[in-house]
Formats: sequence, structure tokens, C-alpha cells
Amino acid sequence: MSDVTQLIHQYLRHNKKFPHVFCPGCGHGIALGSLIRAVHGLSLSKDEVVVVAGIGCSGRIAVYVDFNTVHTTHGRALTFATGIKMASPKLKVICIMGDGDALAIGGNHLIHAARRNIGIAALVLNNNIYGMTGGQTSPTTPGGARTATSPYGALEKPFDLVDLARAAGANYVARGTVFQAHLLDRLISSAIERPGFNLVEVLTPCHTQYGRKNKFKNPVDMYQALKHAAVPREAWEHFSEAERKERIPVGVFVERDEPGLEERYRVMQAALLARPKAREALPEPNGHDPASTKAKLEGVES
Amino acid sequence: MTDRHKGLTEVVIYPAWCKGCGICAAFCPEKVIELDAEGKARAVRQEDCINCGFCELHCPDFAISVRTKEPGADPGTPGYKPPAKGK
Repeated sequence: MSDVTQLIHQYLRHNKKFPHVFCPGCGHGIALGSLIRAVHGLSLSKDEVVVVAGIGCSGRIAVYVDFNTVHTTHGRALTFATGIKMASPKLKVICIMGDGDALAIGGNHLIHAARRNIGIAALVLNNNIYGMTGGQTSPTTPGGARTATSPYGALEKPFDLVDLARAAGANYVARGTVFQAHLLDRLISSAIERPGFNLVEVLTPCHTQYGRKNKFKNPVDMYQALKHAAVPREAWEHFSEAERKERIPVGVFVERDEPGLEERYRVMQAALLARPKAREALPEPNGHDPASTKAKLEGVES
Repeated sequence: MTDRHKGLTEVVIYPAWCKGCGICAAFCPEKVIELDAEGKARAVRQEDCINCGFCELHCPDFAISVRTKEPGADPGTPGYKPPAKGK
């Protein structure tokens, strides 16, 4: 097995301070390892991969991996990723967000990225809380959970990210946990490989901010709970309502094969350029004159 | 993962990277790893390791590596040759 750790060390930036910033028992480290194994398994070179991350604990992942990386503003990771994918569709764009990042601050971007079906692999590391800013209630905090901003229990109903992404029209929606690392490797790998908007929700425990306030004595308790709660989707569907309340289905929920926005854009571009007037509108290969190009394009429209 | 025979692998832990979360010790099926007095993981029963790879995959800090021993390095492993007697 030693190749696994050696492999991860190949993809880390060794000028960064290690061990990484994540708290003891934080699942983000396992998700980071899974991402690296998935990229390696697809035989992608470091230059072909772009990792875009938002703000939060999950945002640190972009700092540690030796790919092309962008550490963006809070909730806007998907917007940067959309721009990168549209500009160079050959790149594999992986967008890493936390639950607050993806669902609260960037909630609008998430549903619209799914609706557009832009070719991005979005990993949402869901730890049910705003970990970095002091443990406030996030949109995925389970009802009744105690947090810094809900000391007597959260009153709000949490988002189901899988249902949300499915309804918004994502091409591929899956859920994995950091306890099942082999499954997570496979889910992330297919999210990177497939066309269109592919979302993987990764359940990762946060003991420091969430567990300590919710009767989990140590990180191991949280992993035990995750092990007990996570069941394959196929088995979960046969459960009664009462059984379902305690369990979380994991696996692949949606698999569509629709072309991504960037592919549809290239097709439209090729079709437009094939029209005779459009061909004239092409700028000269050497030297670019914006005024003449604009005039020619206006000719195409009329 | 190819081999589930005991004694063919060794668990190497980098103490500088270990944060002592205890996941490896809690979930090791053969209880090879325990936390020491400093709270860091330590492989105490190397000979029981079945090379399942759980600790290596689930260490959030990349501090564990399960290595295949050199064939013949230890008594009991295939290809073991007793060292030639000196003078």
C-alpha cells in the first residue's frame, strides 16, 4: 500500500507548511487524498487540472495541491470555474467548496451552474457547520443540532444537496463519505471524467466545531456515527420512513449524459463561423483591428 | 491489497505529521496501531498487519505508510535465508 502515500506526496506542494491546517480528525485531509488518487487514476498531468476553491476550511485544499489552483472569494468559486472552463474547455476544472460556501453564500451560483450544465466537477465538502469562522449554523446543519449560533438546537430544516442539484439539472450527482475512501475515489474520479456539471457531496466530520457541541467525545465517535449512518442508495430505498431518518444514502443518484455548456457553445460557434458572412468577419491572422472586426460583425448580424 | 498474509508488511508512521486523531487505532481490524503517551499513533503489533490499507487511506494527515517488507528480510517470510555464520 505504500505507493498510496508516496503518490500523495508527489502531488503536494512541499514549500507549504505541513502537517496541514486541518484539525485532528478532520475529514478534509481524507477528501484531499481521495482527490489526488482520483486525478492520478485518470492519468491526468498536473497542468491539465485546475482546482478552484472558495473560502473556508475546504478552501485550503487548493493551497496544498500542485495543480493550477485559484483560491477565490467566498461562495464565488463556481463563477471563476465557469470562466476558466469556457475559456479553455480542455482543462479539467475541479471546484472545491464547503457547505456554507456552496449553499449559503454561493447558493445561487450552484443552482445556476447546475442549470447551465457547465463542465465542472464540483466537490462540496459538507461538515454541517461553518468551521473556520467559529461554528455558526450552516444551511446543512441538521435540525436540533447545537452550534455557536443555535445553543439550544437549530430550528431550521437543512438543505438536501443531492435533491437540490438533481432538481437544478446537474448531469451527475453523487454522495460519498470520507469513511468510505474507496467509494469516494470512484465518485470523484467519475465526476472529473464525465461531461457537464458533476457534483459530489462529501460528508466529512468536523469535531472541533460540530462534534464537541453535539455529544461526540472525540473524532473517532464521529467516524463511528458516519459508518453507521451511511448506507448504499439501493438499500436505503427499501427502508421504512422511520429507518430512513437515521440513515444517509450514499452512492450515485443522477447520471445524465447531456453535453456541457462549453461543448454546446463550441458547436454553436462552429455553426456560425460556417456561415459565409461570418467567415469574412474573422479577424486577420496577423494583427487585430478591433474597429474593423466590430464593423464586420455588425454586418453579420444585419 | 493483493496480499492478506500477516507479517509481509510493516506500518510506518511519521510522528511529525501525526495529529493523534486516533482514527487508525480505532478502526484497525487487527489492532496493530495504538496511541502512545504523547497521543501519537504507534505501530505496536507490526506482525499482525494484514495489509488492508485502511490506515493509509484514512489518515487525514498522510502520516501512515504500509510498506511491503523486503522478501526474505524477516524469519517466516517467503524466501528467508538465515544469515551466514561469521567466524
